Amino acid sequence: MTCSRREFLKEAIGGTVATVLPLSAFTFLTSAEARAAIADSKVRWAFLVDTNKCVGCGMCVKACKNENEIPYDAPVTRTWVERYVVTKDGETHVDSPMGGRDGFTSSAIRDEEIDPENIDKAFFVPKLCNQCDNPACVQVCPVGATYQTGDGVVLVDREWCIGCGYCIMACPYGVRFFHPKYKVADKCNFCYHRITKGLQPACVQSCAFGARRLANLRDPDDPVTKIITTERVAVLKDEYGTKPHVFYLGLDTNVR
Amino acid sequence: MKRHVLHPLWLAIGLVGLILLARHFMVPDDFGIHGDSFTYNFHRLGNIQEWKDFPVKYQGRESCRECHKDNVKTHRRSPHKNVECENCHGPSGNHPDDVEFLPLNRERSLCMRCHASLEYPNAARSDLPAVHDRRHKRKRECVSCHNPHDPREDVE
Amino acid sequence: MTEDIIVHGAEWTIKELFVYPNEFIYWSIQIVMYPYMTGLVAGAFVLSSLYHVFGQKDLKEIAQFSLVFSLALLPVAALPLLLHLQQPLRAMEPLLTPHFTSAIAAFGIVFTVYGLIVVSEIWFVYREYFVYQLEALKGAPGFWNAQRRIAYRALTFGARDVSEGAIRVDHKAAKILAGIGIPVACFLHGYAGFIFGSVKANALWMSPLMPVIFIMSAVVSGIALCMLTYIVIMEWQAFRKRRKDGAAAAGDIKGAERDVVGRATRYLLGFLIAAISLELLDLIFRGYTAMKSWDILRSVMYGKDFINIFVLQYTLGNLVPFILLLLPRLTIRRTVLALLLVLFGVFMMRWNVVIGGQAFSLSFSGYMHYHIPIIPHSLETFKEGLFGALTVIATPFVLFWLINKFVPSLRRDIGEA
Repeated sequence: MTCSRREFLKEAIGGTVATVLPLSAFTFLTSAEARAAIADSKVRWAFLVDTNKCVGCGMCVKACKNENEIPYDAPVTRTWVERYVVTKDGETHVDSPMGGRDGFTSSAIRDEEIDPENIDKAFFVPKLCNQCDNPACVQVCPVGATYQTGDGVVLVDREWCIGCGYCIMACPYGVRFFHPKYKVADKCNFCYHRITKGLQPACVQSCAFGARRLANLRDPDDPVTKIITTERVAVLKDEYGTKPHVFYLGLDTNVR
Repeated sequence: MKRHVLHPLWLAIGLVGLILLARHFMVPDDFGIHGDSFTYNFHRLGNIQEWKDFPVKYQGRESCRECHKDNVKTHRRSPHKNVECENCHGPSGNHPDDVEFLPLNRERSLCMRCHASLEYPNAARSDLPAVHDRRHKRKRECVSCHNPHDPREDVE
Repeated sequence: MTEDIIVHGAEWTIKELFVYPNEFIYWSIQIVMYPYMTGLVAGAFVLSSLYHVFGQKDLKEIAQFSLVFSLALLPVAALPLLLHLQQPLRAMEPLLTPHFTSAIAAFGIVFTVYGLIVVSEIWFVYREYFVYQLEALKGAPGFWNAQRRIAYRALTFGARDVSEGAIRVDHKAAKILAGIGIPVACFLHGYAGFIFGSVKANALWMSPLMPVIFIMSAVVSGIALCMLTYIVIMEWQAFRKRRKDGAAAAGDIKGAERDVVGRATRYLLGFLIAAISLELLDLIFRGYTAMKSWDILRSVMYGKDFINIFVLQYTLGNLVPFILLLLPRLTIRRTVLALLLVLFGVFMMRWNVVIGGQAFSLSFSGYMHYHIPIIPHSLETFKEGLFGALTVIATPFVLFWLINKFVPSLRRDIGEA
């Protein structure tokens, strides 16, 4: 049973085309459908953290855990507060016991007492997911389980995540973790279920000192947006090109 | 050219066909690119609504006012006016429908979050009245002397 | 705290100084095993292709052997991933909804293509053998012979023509597949290096050299493993021959063995030099440019991990076998020692990259220590512990033994190129 080279080519090409055609079954929504489906692009959520106001009470961490059902005793959290104590000898002492869940009630950092006379400056830095414009975590997800919504928030699809952990490794800010119960990736989502109903994120609402505030960058009348656009603000680790959207007032050079 | 050379190609095509078939059954219909970019907008559309439907726990102070008028009034005029009720009482959720009594946390550790003295210069923390835990009435509950709704008032 | 609340990574991570709250060693022993196993696969295949494509006739014996071994290694390469995934039942998703911007999504495609190539090439090499086996078994009585007949019939895939023309086509096809297979094998392992090298968040991993370093050391490990297994089998055959026919008869086997091993060693040394050069280049470059991460990297590499990197990997795993293989009058015993050290060295390289990259915090102000679970007390500590790793190591040998029953890898009369 022989066939000529021509016949071989015909068969091979025919077979390949027959395979490729069903690939068009890989449907994508048209542009118009896609835009209609996603949230209002008149909204781009952002956050403002004022480290001058944070007292380290940790109520935000507690509220976040309760609101978002992150097991209270698990050492993972969607948001956390870091304490920085810069001493006169040039050392910077940093800690975040259980993410600041119980506040900072002791002046000892990792069992080391720090003499108040030696302190140059000390402050607290709340951190949370930066809902980046170019999220590295989304780029590396192998299955499309994490994604960016039209209003800028990065979400994780609990039904689809395979738990490979690549997104956790790819985030330069360390905001992601494996949910202890659902065994998929998890992270702060600005309390998406609250902000889409006109409520504030749990951490913003629980902050008695106004250190945390939500903003809609597309709303020129938003008072927080005004601060971000007119006052001097900073972001964390912008050298990674992720374009983070959590802005800081009073971000010190010692912040890691 | 012998025909049998194509056998592995048929195997390959069969495998690809299987994968596409599996895709048809196992991948939800609303999975695709929902936005401008394949990099950032490739996902299952239905998930967005799932997150929007996530239950809200913290209701905010306005929902407490209806029933707890007195405490809210006292609290509103006190130095604690910016502290949410739910910060100390926990999320109200569907209270009183599902939970009749919200927890009353009387432990020192709750108050120490703000009022433990840390002696930091130039910090907002230092603007708060503070005590050293071990030196101030150890082992007694803060609320046995201080009214949490208005800490200026003494508790009898 | 209820039973099912396990923070993945917390069990085996000890934090030191300041580490972000959510940081743990998430990619542990199975992620070390994965590039190690794919490296063996790629290396075995490249070794086989050196014969089929570049006509290195001196490698014929070991080429056939390594081709079949790479088939045994292939499913095992996917095993560490299945053991690592937090949702292993969703493991097909990278094939169903591949997000191609992710290096891991390439896994499904590359793995499948590579598998098809290896299976096809083996088919073309062994098809004649299958047909002859089928004919020899005609009319043979007994249940197992009937099973073998069914197996060989299936394996021929209906192609029973063993005329000279057909066999020539078989060999040509095998050669073409071996040729295509080399870049695919490189891709299979290069992309594994890309998985790490493209993570900009990790100061140790981020490097364009990563994919190339991984490929070079993969080929080294593949060649070493094939040589080692080949030596073991030849020694066993010589031992049996000696028992049966006396010492003189075994001498033939030993002579052939020494020849093949000597030649394969040259290739091994070449790739070893390439691998070491690239790694040293990476190290020197980091120290010279001294970016923000250099302080903590230096304290990890020259402090905490000094023994792992410079003693275990570079000295024991690279320098010592290098010297052993170059010294004159190379004996089989010295070769075996060198090969074991090489395999150990490549394993340490994977360990130092994967675990080393998580030994320091993203804050650059703290460390994480990895304590691999030894005695498993839960599914998680088994999967991501010592015994999980041992399972992965043992499986290819079991598979290889099974496959050899139908595809004998050491017969000299099969598959002339």
